[in-house]
Amino acid sequence: MASSTLEIKDLHVEIEGQEILKGVNLTIKGGEFHAVMGPNGTGKSTLASAIMGHPKYEVTKGEILLDGEDVLEMEVDERAQAGLFLAMQYPSEISGVTTSDFLRSSINAHREEGDEISLMKFIKEMDEAMDYLEMDKNMAQRYLNEGFSGGEKKRNEILQLMMLKPAIGILDEIDSGLDIDALKVVSKGINKLRDESFGCLIITHYQRLLDYITPDKVHVMMKGRVVKSGGPELAQRLEAEGYDWIKQELGIEDETVGQKA
Amino acid sequence: MTVETKLPYDQDYVRSFSENRKEPEWMKELRLQALDLAEGLEMPKPDKTSIKRWKFDDYKHDVAGEAINSINDLPEDIQVFLDLENHNENLVIQRNQSVAYKSLASGLEEKGVILTDIQTALQEHSDLVRRYYMKDAVQIDEHKLTALHTALMNGGVFVYVPKNVQIEEPLQAIFWQEDPEAATFNHVIVVAEENSSLTYVENYISQNKEEHAVANIVTEVIAHDNANINFGSVDNFAAGTTVYVNRRGVAYRDARIEWNLGQMNDGNTVSENITHLIGDNSYSYAKTVSVGRGDQSQNYTAKIVHFGKQSEGFILQHGVMKDSASSIFNGIGKIEHGATKANAEQESRVLMLSRDARGDANPILLIDEDDVTAGHAASVGRVDPVQLYYLMSRGISQQEAERLIIHGFLAPVVKEIPIDAVREQLTEVIERKVY
Repeated sequence: MASSTLEIKDLHVEIEGQEILKGVNLTIKGGEFHAVMGPNGTGKSTLASAIMGHPKYEVTKGEILLDGEDVLEMEVDERAQAGLFLAMQYPSEISGVTTSDFLRSSINAHREEGDEISLMKFIKEMDEAMDYLEMDKNMAQRYLNEGFSGGEKKRNEILQLMMLKPAIGILDEIDSGLDIDALKVVSKGINKLRDESFGCLIITHYQRLLDYITPDKVHVMMKGRVVKSGGPELAQRLEAEGYDWIKQELGIEDETVGQKA
Repeated sequence: MTVETKLPYDQDYVRSFSENRKEPEWMKELRLQALDLAEGLEMPKPDKTSIKRWKFDDYKHDVAGEAINSINDLPEDIQVFLDLENHNENLVIQRNQSVAYKSLASGLEEKGVILTDIQTALQEHSDLVRRYYMKDAVQIDEHKLTALHTALMNGGVFVYVPKNVQIEEPLQAIFWQEDPEAATFNHVIVVAEENSSLTYVENYISQNKEEHAVANIVTEVIAHDNANINFGSVDNFAAGTTVYVNRRGVAYRDARIEWNLGQMNDGNTVSENITHLIGDNSYSYAKTVSVGRGDQSQNYTAKIVHFGKQSEGFILQHGVMKDSASSIFNGIGKIEHGATKANAEQESRVLMLSRDARGDANPILLIDEDDVTAGHAASVGRVDPVQLYYLMSRGISQQEAERLIIHGFLAPVVKEIPIDAVREQLTEVIERKVY
């Protein structure tokens, strides 16, 4: 697959009438790993949800383009078929639908009718990916995310990422709630995808994840905007010094956005 | 509105009907007595559904069906319910009101197992049928429909498993209303004697979309001490059949009755599923799934009554409503005085697929004993937009995502249906009804 480009231009997003994103600009190309960092409540997850088309988020201004195509005009499933993938912070639990059936439907949704993946090939690919992520094989027959621990849900998101091989992957706080061993496994899965055809947007408020996945670019969000961008050294400085120096530098007192007092 | 008291069939008719079927004298007397009672009894009054305008009095009562030599002679749409691969030998097929096909594995026959049509059972096992017929489970005079049922019963099966006999293979009955106007007044009796166990699955099928017919079905399921009954059904009457179906269970000491009911009728339906946990430590789990479509109206009652100490009853009802269908789901857990340490739990969930559909979950707990546990959960709602979003974010279309969520919602019952072929049919019926 040729590499893709995701462009976010002056993005403004509201949730329930309250503006959370106030003009975000970001461009991610195939082969690049971007990290979006920032304290809680600064709009990072809103950015991820708005790109994928979460029903609660309304884009009021700006553009999202994937290889020049208008993403905001697409339904959620069309966005996925165009090559976007969001590993969610809180994946839904779907009772009665096995993880395996769901995965197979997802893969087939990316293929033409009549060209569905064979059951044998599917099982082989799923087994390999599950082994790689050190997942319990029984999970494939359990209902999707139902009763999964936080760590199991996150691994399941990465399993889907590995099997669907999107052009652009967005990882929304994939590290939250993971112990160090799980974090290593999840990072290993993400790193396996690193090549020219895959671009990645990693949203996190801990530097910890970036010890295992080295970003090419690091962006800091505050007050619903990207306020600072740099290379991997920016993440390291944030780990050492926290966010206060950026707030001082930019004269920001309260970095959060849209939070009711 | 005046109550219609004139019945379409009279004493002479019932007497000769019984005689033509060569029934024992007691059965004829019971029919006549029931016919008398029917005149004066009221129609049932299902909670929150008015059935005053439902046509319960328009049908052909006595319609024969041809016998078949082999199950290969059945039409395709009936054959699909059979487990042809595993050659299920334990089978009764009723066509209109005649037996079209009947077989029972010889090993089971030697052990004294009975699986036969009700007419044959009345001739060959008269005393045994009499012991259970409208006795411990359903009463003749509960209302006009139970009395009419008794007077006009014209089909059904009798299942009997003797003491200490455990049957692994399922016993199956297929009731095929082939004639579009034939009435189905089926009586099904399932008896498991002490320490026995069985699995029974029944299917009701008709195709009458325009023509009108009536089904008035009573099923009595008796689990004696330490017996185990697994009862599965797929009801699939077409839109033209107005249905009253009463499935009643009685569980004695340490007995278990599990119900897995696929309620897929397309016409107006009153369905009652009541289990009496008589014995100490008895158990019942009633699981039902329903789909409503078109403008049909349905009323479902799942009720478990606890008499025995430490008796446990669980109710799980899942319904999907579309178009302008309306349904009431009554879930009733009743604990009688003296049923100490009983546990009554229930869950009713209704998923609405259109704005005009109506669904109502009506949970009721009636408790006359202090030392018990009980609980209920009920919800009526639409497909969760966040669940849809999650599935669609993987490229799955909205329609396919809804399909997955609905099948998932109905899975708790579908996966419990013990015959593969019937389970697949239930899945297909759901597919057809929902889309």
